[in-house]
Amino acid sequence: MTMSATPAPTASTNGAAKSRVRFQWEDPFFLEEQLHDEERMIRDMARDYAQDKLLPRVLEANRNETFDIEIVQEMGALGLLGPTLPEKYGCAGAGYVSYGLVSREIERVDSAYRSTASVQSSLVMWPIYAYGTEEQRMRYLPKLASGEWIGCFGLTEPDHGSDPGSMITRARTVDGGWHISGAKNWITNSPVAEVFVVWAKTDDGVIRGFVLEKGMEGLSAPKIEGKFSLRASPTGMIVMDEVFVTEEHLLPNVEGLKGPFGCLNNARYGISWGALGAAEFCWHAARQYTLDRLQFGRPLAATQLIQKKLADMQTEISLGLQACLRAGRLKDEGRCPAELISLIKRNNCGKALAIARESRDMHGGNGISDEYHVIRHVMNLEAVNTYEGTHDIHALILGRAQTGIQAFM
Amino acid sequence: MDIIVLIKQVPDTASRIQDRVKDGVVDLEGVTWVVSPYDEYAVEEALRLKEAHGGSVTLITIGPERATSALKDMLALGADEAVLLSDPLFAELGPRAVAHVLAAAIRDLPYDMIWAGWKAVDNDEGLVPIYLASALGLPHASFVTGIEIQDGRATVRREIEGGKEIMSLDLPAVLTAQKGLNEVRYASLKGIMAVKRKEIPVRDAQSLGIEADALPARGVHVERVEAPPDRGAGRIVAGEPQEAARELARLLHEESKVI
Repeated sequence: MTMSATPAPTASTNGAAKSRVRFQWEDPFFLEEQLHDEERMIRDMARDYAQDKLLPRVLEANRNETFDIEIVQEMGALGLLGPTLPEKYGCAGAGYVSYGLVSREIERVDSAYRSTASVQSSLVMWPIYAYGTEEQRMRYLPKLASGEWIGCFGLTEPDHGSDPGSMITRARTVDGGWHISGAKNWITNSPVAEVFVVWAKTDDGVIRGFVLEKGMEGLSAPKIEGKFSLRASPTGMIVMDEVFVTEEHLLPNVEGLKGPFGCLNNARYGISWGALGAAEFCWHAARQYTLDRLQFGRPLAATQLIQKKLADMQTEISLGLQACLRAGRLKDEGRCPAELISLIKRNNCGKALAIARESRDMHGGNGISDEYHVIRHVMNLEAVNTYEGTHDIHALILGRAQTGIQAFM
Repeated sequence: MDIIVLIKQVPDTASRIQDRVKDGVVDLEGVTWVVSPYDEYAVEEALRLKEAHGGSVTLITIGPERATSALKDMLALGADEAVLLSDPLFAELGPRAVAHVLAAAIRDLPYDMIWAGWKAVDNDEGLVPIYLASALGLPHASFVTGIEIQDGRATVRREIEGGKEIMSLDLPAVLTAQKGLNEVRYASLKGIMAVKRKEIPVRDAQSLGIEADALPARGVHVERVEAPPDRGAGRIVAGEPQEAARELARLLHEESKVI
């Protein structure tokens, strides 16, 4: 059987035939030409770094659940940590589109590496910058930017995930400060962290942010073993048993859930780009594999079933990237609502996971081997689809936004 | 130590030029442009020398407006200044004329060294730095894989057939970089952001005081380019291992004449 594709008719205006605009299968919306010069350069640098330095390490890191701490310093030296914060604090003052492009390139290799960078940038550096004092900024940000210090973010608790407002962790007022007690769970980077941004309820039940430091009495961060996702970055708990902190450790400029939610908003934005980086890898891998793999005397990619799947991947990824770019431009203009970030986080993570699973399937038996990298992305994206607001929780945020009725409980 | 680095924008080394050859010419429409890799080694070495000895790094390229992106890429690594030499007159120059234009631009600048890649990976001629050294009356060393500066002289290591040659040069001098000289750094985000604030002056023939008829004649013309022939399919020597090995040895000896 031969199939003949019918080419799209040549566009013509006023009857005058114009030369046909060439479709770029890997970039249908010409995203490339919508980027500014420095965004392209930053993307190229991040891609070169990720492909040259991260890709060769990831198989072993994922297999053996090891984390190469040098990676954080390498990212710091390149300016990939806290890239949007001002130069004064050792950062680059780049825009949010650049931040997103970096996330996409790192996650094209592995979600664990992107998670490490996201947490450092959006969940640790950003709140210290946004909610901290000038002294706190100067004390923490340059060392976090260079990667000398690694940070982590404690909001989720063993019994409180989607409902952080019910947190148990308490900051009890004592002479000269607070005693913080409680446990945080599923904390990216906690076993290797020097700096802990932790959210706790004070005596009056108000959620406040504190910056804890490794070595404080009563503070420990045991690693969670047996994780089958994001294995190339360490995840742990934060256990606080009457950790004493003074006023200098309180983030003074925010109260309530809007504190952690502000951080998550930035991180979720980066995840929206990042997840599509992983999805792109899986899509391109599926395309190449099915072009190369001959069965019944012809490439798998010559079948309608495969082409339909590739078309679906291309469609979802290119629409998602265009949405990310729009959200990034809005963020740079200071007018990107949290609900829009919920929309792209939910959509892109869910679609990326589906694409990774489909790509795994298209790779047949080889798909389960980590040599092909796809199964690793499948495993990773299970976490990415869940953390920082599950797929369903973001649906409830969007549901509330259009009905005015909150349906969380 | 003020250093000038000559760079050239060339088609991406990953692009398949052989697919673009038609009617004896290469169609470069839509190709991705990059800095010639040997020039990147030259920039990296200049930056290291600046970091060790102080001074400045100035980049120069000749090309159309798109060549600005090559200068920006190298500015992002940490170079201080960049100049684009651009004029319709410069479009199809031979290497001697290119050196003439470069010499005109360089005469106005302070420098202790001029670096370039030993060749650009487009036409692979490797002539411009040599002509430039000649035009400026400077000593020249090619294929440099190591350099030390002492008492105003440069001691360089250069690759020669079967070994290395150590030579010392009076400065200023023209030096060309060979692979192995260094490992090129990544641009940092801060470096890239800093490029936004840099202005890249463009100088045309008039501002350089170059008249068309003063440019050295090309003398050499590329008549046509041809893509390499398609590689034929491999041959499988069948049979029992012993016989097959004997047949293979015979073919390598008699047909391919490699053993």
